[in-house]
Amino acid sequence: MENKITKSLVIIGGGPAGLAAAVAAAENGLPAEDILILERDGRLGGILNQCIHNGFGLHTFKEELTGPEYAARFEERAKALHIPYKLGAMVLSISPEKVVTAVSREDGLFTVEAGAVILAMGCRERSRGALNIPGFRPAGVFSAGTAQRLVNMEGYMPGREVVILGSGDIGLIMARRMTLEGAKVHVVAELQPYSGGLKRNIVQCLDDFGIPLKLSHTVTEIHGKDRVTGVTISAVDDKLKPIPGTEEYYSCDTLLLSVGLIPENELTLGAGAPLSRVTNGPVVNESLETGVPGIFACGNVLHVHDLVDYVSEEAAQAGRAAAKYVQGGSKETAEPLSGGIKLEAKGGVRYTVPSIIHPENMPDTLTVRFRVGGIYKNSFISVYFGDQRVQHRKKTVMAPGEMEQVLLKKADLQNIDFDTVTVTVEAE
Amino acid sequence: METKSFICINCPLGCPLTVTVENGEVKSVTGNTCKRGELYAVKEVTAPARTVTSTVRVLNGERPVVAVRTKTDIPKGKIFDCMKAINAAEITAPVHIGDIVIENVCGTGVNVVASADDELG
Amino acid sequence: MEKKRYDAVVIGAGVTGSAIARELSRYQAEICVLEKGEDVCTGTSKANSAIVHGGFDAKTGSLKAKMNVLGNRMMTQVAEELDVPFRRNGAFVLCFDENDMPALDELYERGVTNGVENLKILTGDEAREMEPALSDTVVAALFCPSSGIVCPFELTLGFAENAEKNGVEFKFECGVQNIRRENDLYILETEQGEIETRAVINAAGVHADEIHDMLLPHAFTITPRRGEYCLCDKNAGNLVDKTIFQLPTKLGKGILVTPTVHGNLLLGPTAENIEDREDTATTQSGLAFVLEKAGMSVKNVPSRQIITSFSGLRACADRGDFILEESAPNFFEAAGIESPGLTSAPAIGVYMAEMAAKALGLTKKESFNPVRHGVVHLNSLSVEERAEKIRENPLYGSIVCRCETISEGEIVDAIRRPLGAKTLDGVKRRTRAGMGRCQAGFCSPRVMDILARELNLPLTAIRKNEKGSEIVFGKTK
Repeated sequence: MENKITKSLVIIGGGPAGLAAAVAAAENGLPAEDILILERDGRLGGILNQCIHNGFGLHTFKEELTGPEYAARFEERAKALHIPYKLGAMVLSISPEKVVTAVSREDGLFTVEAGAVILAMGCRERSRGALNIPGFRPAGVFSAGTAQRLVNMEGYMPGREVVILGSGDIGLIMARRMTLEGAKVHVVAELQPYSGGLKRNIVQCLDDFGIPLKLSHTVTEIHGKDRVTGVTISAVDDKLKPIPGTEEYYSCDTLLLSVGLIPENELTLGAGAPLSRVTNGPVVNESLETGVPGIFACGNVLHVHDLVDYVSEEAAQAGRAAAKYVQGGSKETAEPLSGGIKLEAKGGVRYTVPSIIHPENMPDTLTVRFRVGGIYKNSFISVYFGDQRVQHRKKTVMAPGEMEQVLLKKADLQNIDFDTVTVTVEAE
Repeated sequence: METKSFICINCPLGCPLTVTVENGEVKSVTGNTCKRGELYAVKEVTAPARTVTSTVRVLNGERPVVAVRTKTDIPKGKIFDCMKAINAAEITAPVHIGDIVIENVCGTGVNVVASADDELG
Repeated sequence: MEKKRYDAVVIGAGVTGSAIARELSRYQAEICVLEKGEDVCTGTSKANSAIVHGGFDAKTGSLKAKMNVLGNRMMTQVAEELDVPFRRNGAFVLCFDENDMPALDELYERGVTNGVENLKILTGDEAREMEPALSDTVVAALFCPSSGIVCPFELTLGFAENAEKNGVEFKFECGVQNIRRENDLYILETEQGEIETRAVINAAGVHADEIHDMLLPHAFTITPRRGEYCLCDKNAGNLVDKTIFQLPTKLGKGILVTPTVHGNLLLGPTAENIEDREDTATTQSGLAFVLEKAGMSVKNVPSRQIITSFSGLRACADRGDFILEESAPNFFEAAGIESPGLTSAPAIGVYMAEMAAKALGLTKKESFNPVRHGVVHLNSLSVEERAEKIRENPLYGSIVCRCETISEGEIVDAIRRPLGAKTLDGVKRRTRAGMGRCQAGFCSPRVMDILARELNLPLTAIRKNEKGSEIVFGKTK
């Protein structure tokens, strides 16, 4: 096949993660022309293009940007560095040898032999099917993100009388968006006894508009054969099972689902990189390198983030590591996930990213990101080197909706006599 | 004297704040765990403000609508008036981030500006 | 203008009606198919197990047994001619209790008598060796190598498109409201006015008795028997290779676990008689039952991998067998086509077409072309073929459905072809766009845009399927 090119670094996805990774790689010595971003959509910026609400970039830019504004900042930097990219380019497969096969309208079917690959494909929304909600399958059931695209990008109203299941941030944001555009949002139901969204979104998207949030409730039936005519909402017990007799009928024409995000790792699996059962993202080491040497991951494809600022930070780390890898600077590990120090998530910590550290390859300070599995008040985040507690930090509150982090110093991980670092939540 | 209750948004803790107000002046804030909670409470009671984000119709653009925002926050009570003005507005492509769509929306002194780009369609 | 007079009108564009129409199109005759839905394959044919049964289950001597065994044998050629995905993956019927062995032996004997070839009874260990995911409680299994899996949408579309190519007319959203007999002709009163025909063929699925009763005294009753299913991600599709049935016991008929021909895993169905002939809702208890019973057949049911659930209605006649007959002069009926109806469709098509052609004195035409080409799926092409296809038409380079990697070219083909897609579900059935793990979350706005562009409709007119299923209400601005 003639349609074959070679690049030092191919970045799959031109959203916030891909852009930040590309910028960091170019700023760390990799010639821009040796980089290629492959973006499946018609423009760069990824999902941020449809997230027109404000609240992005407080950490990175110390100001409140909207999604497209945040994306534009990174897009400008990538363009200023003359990093090449292809739009409308869908990657079909990545081989373990890092041959990327993609297709686009302009280029047809093409392959890129890559020195390194950064996975930055993002995530998808859990669908109705994944919840197995019984009832008809009428028009009017949308994932919140699909509704967001229809309203913000296409300029169409997907509903007038709305019920939202799930209090993830996209669901909360869409409650406000639909209300501002003239729809009536009747209720937001949340299966868990706590919201998965940010407090500010609960106040500014629901409370501001008098939209009730029903915790420990779920949709137990969808009514309407052609178009949604209503939904039944039931209370759930502490095992999250619906309680008979608590059914309430809500008349509505639309049900929006904001019930979780799943990293999109079909390409990752195809390349042969193992995934974590907890995050659904690839298992990575200190360089955010997956089980396949030279394939790195960052952003929501690695684990679902709460704030885009952290995506950018993490992606920059992957960009630096990939640049180093291409330039032969990192000590060649034939198997990125073997050897090294194992990071263990315990006692309420659901996972850590990364989960393996080779101290010789880590930066001077490594950010370890994680999420907790429940609400913890006045608890401590502790880090153990072997049996010895080396960090003990009080947190007034921790919630599953918010990402947490600890910092590990390279200097502390030299000449050590332990092979496990444990991150845990402790009551005292 | 009147009391108002709401939830603090500064962190996931979500402290239930109670504010007592007399003649438009904050007399006390209770329920907060930190100083930020108190500041937020005072602002929410005396001058609550929000940034409004939406879209306006684009003429000759690649897309039918383009994202807009109030440049800074505006009084909370003016959100729906602001939406009326946004719904009546239109802009001609090309549109770039920061382009002014509505000047001094609803007398707030704040402009509504484009928050995304749209090229000629 | 003189009113058109048809030689035969088929009522119903499900797999049975479409197969009959296709076989009738071999003859010199004016044929029309009337469908009350917006597309072919919108009733029972779209929601079933998609199994090409071996034929051991049906009562010996019944029309079901005859059509099943015949249909199974015909399927290879039919799938070839009509470009329908079909694979003979084989089937197991599992026995979980030594005491039930006589029933398994009986099934074997019945199969042999029905003419099913190469049946074999395996021990539990032999079965597990072939299908390692089978549960440890399996004591024996009947193995039927001739059983297969097929795409029910493509089979129905294949019959219908091929019929259309050979001159059959299709009218959609054209439900029949009454039938009268006038001067050796039938007058069908429909949503789109009166239609005259010499012969009628009733293939109206769950509504077949209603159609019958429009003309004749009540003779049979169709009871919709609902079956609920769960469909799992392709990542779970290789859990089993064969279709895994459970031996019917006094506790019920059991449910099946099978790969689909496209590589998903399908679990189901329940069996529940209901009254409403349109009630394809799923239920909490039904879906729970499916998962529980599937757990008898295989270890580790991948319940976390479910991407959707759905239900279909079997058209069960109170006579217990298929009704394939001339109920009045030139009024033919293919009714009560429940399982194994999909398997039997090719055979029923020939059987009914021959019955009608004989009565009407039709002669075969030379110009009949049995070949239909489906939408070209990029996934099924080699790298070179794929590159070539994109060079010919760059729309094939623009991927719309990420999960199933379906291109804009495929979607445009599905819309523009004869009997083309008019709705999101129509596109989905023809291309699989929206059938993957995100369940159309990403692609539906884009498919809506393409439908609106190709059909020259406003976005507000784009529907999920039937009237009243419009997706967006109006512009925000």
